[in-house]
Amino acid sequence: MLINWFTVGAQLLNFLILVWLMKRFLYRPILDAIDAREERIAAELADAAAKQAEAEQARETFRDKNTALDQQRATLLSQAAQTAEVERRRLLDEARDAADSLSAKRREALSQEQERLSEELVQRTRDEVFAIARKALADLACAGLDARMCEVFVQRLQDLDSATRDELVSTLTPGSDPVLVSSAFDLPPPQRRAIQVALADLFAAEIQVRFETAAQLINGIELSVNGRKLGWSIADYLTAMEKSVGELLTVPAVADAEPDTAHDAESTPPAAEASTAAGPPERSESEQRG
Amino acid sequence: MPLSPDEIVFWQWGIVQLNATIVYTWLLMLFLAVGAKLITRRLATGLTRSRWQNLLEIIVTAIEKQIEEVGLSHPRTYLDFLGTLFLFVATASLFTVVPGYQPPTGSLSTTVALALCVFVAVPLFGIAEQGLASYLKSYIQPTFIMLPFNLISELSRTLALAVRLFGNMMSGAMIIGILLSITPFVFPIVMTLLGLLTGMVQAYIFSILAAVYIAAATRVRAKSRDPDAGASPEQQPG
Repeated sequence: MLINWFTVGAQLLNFLILVWLMKRFLYRPILDAIDAREERIAAELADAAAKQAEAEQARETFRDKNTALDQQRATLLSQAAQTAEVERRRLLDEARDAADSLSAKRREALSQEQERLSEELVQRTRDEVFAIARKALADLACAGLDARMCEVFVQRLQDLDSATRDELVSTLTPGSDPVLVSSAFDLPPPQRRAIQVALADLFAAEIQVRFETAAQLINGIELSVNGRKLGWSIADYLTAMEKSVGELLTVPAVADAEPDTAHDAESTPPAAEASTAAGPPERSESEQRG
Repeated sequence: MPLSPDEIVFWQWGIVQLNATIVYTWLLMLFLAVGAKLITRRLATGLTRSRWQNLLEIIVTAIEKQIEEVGLSHPRTYLDFLGTLFLFVATASLFTVVPGYQPPTGSLSTTVALALCVFVAVPLFGIAEQGLASYLKSYIQPTFIMLPFNLISELSRTLALAVRLFGNMMSGAMIIGILLSITPFVFPIVMTLLGLLTGMVQAYIFSILAAVYIAAATRVRAKSRDPDAGASPEQQPG
């Protein structure tokens, strides 16, 4: 007999036990593990989806904020640029004005200094020139020259026009001081006599003459009658010449300052010229006028 | 050589005997239970898991999927029974590679026991699913004339289950035994491989047929609820 009924029963029991064992040790744990994993994956997926949605929302928010910030920044930048431009212009104008005033002051000071220097130079030149001339003439003065000078003086007395002569005569009142004749050197007696003769001719009377030596006359003779003077002297020439030269030099000294100022205006740097294109010529003209 | 491991008796006391069938069944049960226990002792629920856990998960989910494909809508209800059927029969034939091993399924007593389990389980699941009256009513469908035929069908298919598995397993063991005596080299190995394949196929057939019977018993109400639920897979392979 192929079927052993005890074995059949035993195997039936064995199989049922095996079913329980498998259920206990295999299917339940495995299925639970799978379920747990699936739950976990589902939870993670849901979590990820939630996070993604959150991230999406955050991204949207950030994008909006970014756009707003960009706009704000652009506005602020343009405002700042405008403010900076205005400020720049203001500063430039200020700087230009300051530079202009400084330049004007400098030019004024320069021109004053130049003027002063020029005057001083002219003065000194003139003094030196006349000092030299005086010295040279003083060195050259001698008796021969005095004699000639005396002749010239006498000649002049004789050549006096009638008006001057009348005037001189009228000043010489009787009982007045003697007529004073000043000369650089002591006049020798012949010449004194010649002068006395000439004076007698002039006043048509015998008058008292007093002779005096005056070194400041250099070479010359001077006649003084009651405060009126008549004479000839190189010093007179020099004084007249000094006067005329002084007049000549004072006029060119002022005229010289004008070309110098114009030159200064031309020598200003190109940049300054460019930045103040309209300004300098007008000012230089005004300065020239001033 | 013995036709069935039942004939190898280690110990006997009256009707109670300890034969190779029972002993090898215990060994298989021990192997399956200890193996399952060892692997499932530390299960990972995370995304990374051990390869043994992976193997068991593959096996369990494959069985579950097969049950579902047969037409049972709640595979986990039947997983314990059908899965254990498959694993027991498959493991029994897998161990034929071990020399001296006698598959318990090569004993008609074992296959009859398994078939009896199916024979009892089918109406139990059927009644649990659709109630006693409805289940009994299915025997007289479409008419009461079908009642004897349905009953004969119940018995004959149980017998067929038992005999089919027994025949295949026994023949495999017999062929290997005979070949070992004729051509001891190489050829028995080929036949062992063929036996392994046959054993796997038989395990599959046995459990699938049990699933189909259960599906047929639980399907009536589902069919009445949903006419498009598909035809009864009442086919008998092998």
